[in-house]
Amino acid sequence: MSEPLRPRPAPRAALSGRSDRTFQLLILALASVIVGVFVLSVYQLGRESWPALREFGLGFYTERTWNPVTGQFGAAQMVIGTLVTSLAALVLSVPLAVASALFVAEYAPKWLANPVGYLIELLAAVPSVVYGLWALFVVAPILGRWQQGFFADPANLQVYTRCQDLWNSGQTTLQCFFVPSAFDGRGLALAILILTVMILPYTASVARDVIRLVPQDQREAMYALGATKWEVISRAILPYARAGILGGVILALGRALGETLAVAMVIGDSQDIIKSLWGGASTMASVIANQFGDAQETLHRSSVVALGLGLFFLSVLVNFLARVVIARLTPRGIQ
Amino acid sequence: MSTPLLTAQDVSIHYGDKQAVRGVNLSIERGTVNALIGPSGCGKTTFLRAINRMHDLTPGARVTGRIVLDGEDMYAPGVDAVAMRRRVGMVFQKPNPFPTMSVFDNVVSGLKLTGVRDRARLMEVAERSLRGAALWDEVKDRLKTPATGLSGGQQQRLCIARALAVEPELLLMDEPTSALDPASTARIEDLMTGLKKVTTILIVTHNMHQAARVSDTTSFFLNGDLVEHGVTDQVFTSPRDERTEAYVTGRFG
Repeated sequence: MSEPLRPRPAPRAALSGRSDRTFQLLILALASVIVGVFVLSVYQLGRESWPALREFGLGFYTERTWNPVTGQFGAAQMVIGTLVTSLAALVLSVPLAVASALFVAEYAPKWLANPVGYLIELLAAVPSVVYGLWALFVVAPILGRWQQGFFADPANLQVYTRCQDLWNSGQTTLQCFFVPSAFDGRGLALAILILTVMILPYTASVARDVIRLVPQDQREAMYALGATKWEVISRAILPYARAGILGGVILALGRALGETLAVAMVIGDSQDIIKSLWGGASTMASVIANQFGDAQETLHRSSVVALGLGLFFLSVLVNFLARVVIARLTPRGIQ
Repeated sequence: MSTPLLTAQDVSIHYGDKQAVRGVNLSIERGTVNALIGPSGCGKTTFLRAINRMHDLTPGARVTGRIVLDGEDMYAPGVDAVAMRRRVGMVFQKPNPFPTMSVFDNVVSGLKLTGVRDRARLMEVAERSLRGAALWDEVKDRLKTPATGLSGGQQQRLCIARALAVEPELLLMDEPTSALDPASTARIEDLMTGLKKVTTILIVTHNMHQAARVSDTTSFFLNGDLVEHGVTDQVFTSPRDERTEAYVTGRFG
């Protein structure tokens, strides 16, 4: 029984050990709130959309007909509308955003860079409804005038008549997809344009920050080899920053997928299949905004909530894929 | 002696109102290793960077005087900085390989800037440059792997290979071993003697013993002035200026 005497821990150490534990528990509790909110959201969305999912199964998300009168609900057009508007807006906005980030971070003198950077960020602070109004009152008339100009040519009118027959039979071709089906400027194209402007600041400000964070020695290494400024940007700066820029792109995509009010105001709220770039369409979020108030019957209401559930999982999926891609693109040795 | 490869005539460098280098005159012979020594902030790195026109990138920096490389004034009006940098290589304080490129792509990145696309030619230059940097045997089986997978010392030799690939007339080294362990430092010092056959080296070093070991000439900078320039043995054993003597004997710095 000759256990060696252990030195007693100092009282101070015991105290700090106890306060550490308290703090740990507190942090754990606060962090659990986030998990709790997530789980509750899924539960509530699932419960509310259960009647629709029980009626239509997972086919709800692949079925094309959405008709509250006959009680048939299929969300395929909204899923497609969401993906088309978001991805098209992304394709349009990413080059603009990266170019503006390069201008602010690499080309503009300081007195110009800061105000321009600030203005771009300010775009993110403009409320959705203001973008919607701007689109309706300023951009839509411009598109409308272009559409009317299109019909002024008799040859185009013939094309239109041919396309309309096709559309009425529920089909479209590549040519007809670009033929206007309306005169008021509202529709898919306007939604894409407005989304492009709305998501621009997210990619642009993230890209600007990561471009500024590219170490000076990377630039100098490329300059020292005899590179021009553009070669330094394209071969040293952009590759180094690509994972971070993609992070900004994903942020913008998340924003585009979920953008509700501005899109609901301009997209034309048509649940038919998308026939023309200029025609009406709808996204999952815009249908929720436009129909939730009127959805009286259980099945209609539940179908609208099921759209929300689908949108939720779509966002989770996009974020997950984004993480995988970013992790693959991040060069080793960069955190 | 032939005409010097590099001549600096009355070179002064300002950052805004602050003068960092004052009226330096210096010439460098072909096929030699030349060390710039001096305490921190003495202007040696600032002077080195002027020889690659790196100050063009710093707003507010101004270089006056003449720096003549092989008969051509680098700062004459109409001289293209990009073309000048192709003739002068540079190795930096911290190894800075391009992290998104493979070992191979790093080595040939300068060559690709000049429009060379031929695989065989790129491969040939990559092997020659990597051998020149004493790295070939270590990386020949992983040319396609990311450059950041190499150790710090290997990365710095990779940066030397990258600079050598474009066959620079002059290779500038800015404290190339200050971030490395003693073994890696020794390898790079060994390398420099061999490199004299293919290029001329101007190296900034904090480490006086390094200067004494590797260089043919040594220039001592203090507070922006070039205090003394001479054959390395002479500078270290019988300096002409008492400030040089105080520095090389370790009384300050």
